[in-house]
Amino acid sequence: MNWRVIIQIAGRHLITRKKQTGVAALGVTFGIGTFIILMSFMTGLNGMLDGLILNRTPHVHVYNEVKPSEQQPVDYYEEFKNSFNVVRSIKPKMNQMRIHNAVELMNDLERDERVKGVTPQVSAQVFYLAGSIQLNGRLNGINVLDEVKLFNFGDYIVKGSAEELAKNSEGILLGAGVAKKLSLEIGDRVQISSFTGDLYHLKIVGIYQSGLAEFDNVQSFANVKTVQKILGEGNNYISDINVKLFDIDQSKQVSKELERVYDISAVDIETANAQFETGTQIRNLITYAVSVTLLLVAGFGIYNILNMMIYEKMNDIAILKATGFSGKDVKYIFISQAMLIGLIGGILGLVMGFMLSVAIDHAPFETEALPTIKTFPVNFNALYYIVGVSFALISTFLAGYLPSRKAEKIDPVEIIRGQ
Amino acid sequence: MKTILEAKNINKYFLDPVKFHVLKDISFTVSQGEFVSIMGKSGCGKSTLLYILSTLDTSYEGELIIDGEMATGKNNKQLAVIRNEHIGFVFQFHYLLPEFSVIDNVMLPAKKLNRKPLEEIREDAMNKLRLLDIAEQADKLASRISGGQKQRVAIARALINDPAIIMGDEPTGNLDSKNSQNVFNLLRELSVEKNLTLLVVTHDQDFADKTDRIITMEDGRIIK
Repeated sequence: MNWRVIIQIAGRHLITRKKQTGVAALGVTFGIGTFIILMSFMTGLNGMLDGLILNRTPHVHVYNEVKPSEQQPVDYYEEFKNSFNVVRSIKPKMNQMRIHNAVELMNDLERDERVKGVTPQVSAQVFYLAGSIQLNGRLNGINVLDEVKLFNFGDYIVKGSAEELAKNSEGILLGAGVAKKLSLEIGDRVQISSFTGDLYHLKIVGIYQSGLAEFDNVQSFANVKTVQKILGEGNNYISDINVKLFDIDQSKQVSKELERVYDISAVDIETANAQFETGTQIRNLITYAVSVTLLLVAGFGIYNILNMMIYEKMNDIAILKATGFSGKDVKYIFISQAMLIGLIGGILGLVMGFMLSVAIDHAPFETEALPTIKTFPVNFNALYYIVGVSFALISTFLAGYLPSRKAEKIDPVEIIRGQ
Repeated sequence: MKTILEAKNINKYFLDPVKFHVLKDISFTVSQGEFVSIMGKSGCGKSTLLYILSTLDTSYEGELIIDGEMATGKNNKQLAVIRNEHIGFVFQFHYLLPEFSVIDNVMLPAKKLNRKPLEEIREDAMNKLRLLDIAEQADKLASRISGGQKQRVAIARALINDPAIIMGDEPTGNLDSKNSQNVFNLLRELSVEKNLTLLVVTHDQDFADKTDRIITMEDGRIIK
């Protein structure tokens, strides 16, 4: 196989038909360009949305659930053992909110080699006080620096900083919605009343905004010790433990283990956020479907052009075969024409896709709900560019294959004798 | 003298629309340096025979030996190699690739053969064009030269790989008498000076009379 001659002939055919070649290549360009833009933008958006929830969601969340006892007292009574017992108006079991022996449990988890990190949380029901008005709220005690490291907590502190809170035992990161309602700013003090009625003054060292209004309207954060004090509990009082694993796919297995071994409730991230996975999959599916459709259209264009070209080039094909080019050589001439169109169009498509992606990446996109986002999210993953060019080459190969087979089978005697 | 082409008991049938015996038991040889013409009325099978001898048509019975090599029974790819190396074609129509320059057209079969570096191929092609007295047209597009010139370029292309035999199907059929005289003289010269073997199908009696040997066909048989 002498590729230099084949490419020379293919190239010459394309160059002498600049307009046709250009139109065919443009079809591929639009297909690939659209694919790149859609993929970059869609996955960028997916990443952002997933990040909004999944990044700060622990892979396994350990807590004590309030629920009725599995075995009611009547079940222990020998005489009713064989009867059908009906208990009405069952109440949940009186249970402490704290996790039993939480410090030991955390130490065990830290030693587990699948676990990247563990953070404790103490959650307390509180009221934010403003004069005679009491706002319902929830104060979470956290180890803020660990949270920043493991769960990107820093992204949601819109004013002030995590370090400020870590330094200040009387500090609070106030939810943005709460701050707005109470007209409070950094440096102000906020009055908080615990469930038992004790009053505390905490200094606002930062504002927290997650982007989910129902969260920001009630949630605030303080140090673990501060909240333990507000609850009047000791420093082994932990209500939730958040676990981050090295491999998110193990979360289900780890949560099952924890439930079995420690007799507590543990929820894994997949169960808690099943809808996000589904959304991501469907968006990806749509993107691929649109791109494949565009390439299909481009492919039909190339198929048509090559078909016409082969009818035009019957004489050339006949003489090439007569002078010693085999059917395969002729086939490769036309396939390489198709693939050259695909390569040129594909590369232009990558350039177009990249440039438009950059433009989108710089387009301002500001919304109250997403405090950390200033421009549209775009994912510049090299993989999509590789997939794009492969798509272009595969689809043009397929489009070129059928007409080329026809060229391969042309009988030169028929053409030459028919003149 | 060396035998360049040998046909043994060649039979051919057309099956469509009805079975028809086109070539009946054709046997002959062509020796090195011979200028042979095949004559006959339209439909006597002379072109059909030429395409079998040139290996383009493979559906026949019998044996075909070209330059000592058995061509019968080879697959298309092997036959393409034989044509590329041993056979030069000149048809009634020139069949130049219109997008390529004259010299590129001449170089193509040699590039396919791929035995010499590109520079040497170009030099060879220029020599062939000089031989046919059209070197000054080398860089023009093949579609931009006159009919007589095109046919000469086609002959240069047939010569580029120094083939064992040149086969022609009415090579002067499309030319006026002056050009056709020119082309014949060229072929004659090649035959004499370069000891080239030529096998030409024609129905031009004047043309045939000037060749070394005339094979006359009638109803699928060689009669003389």
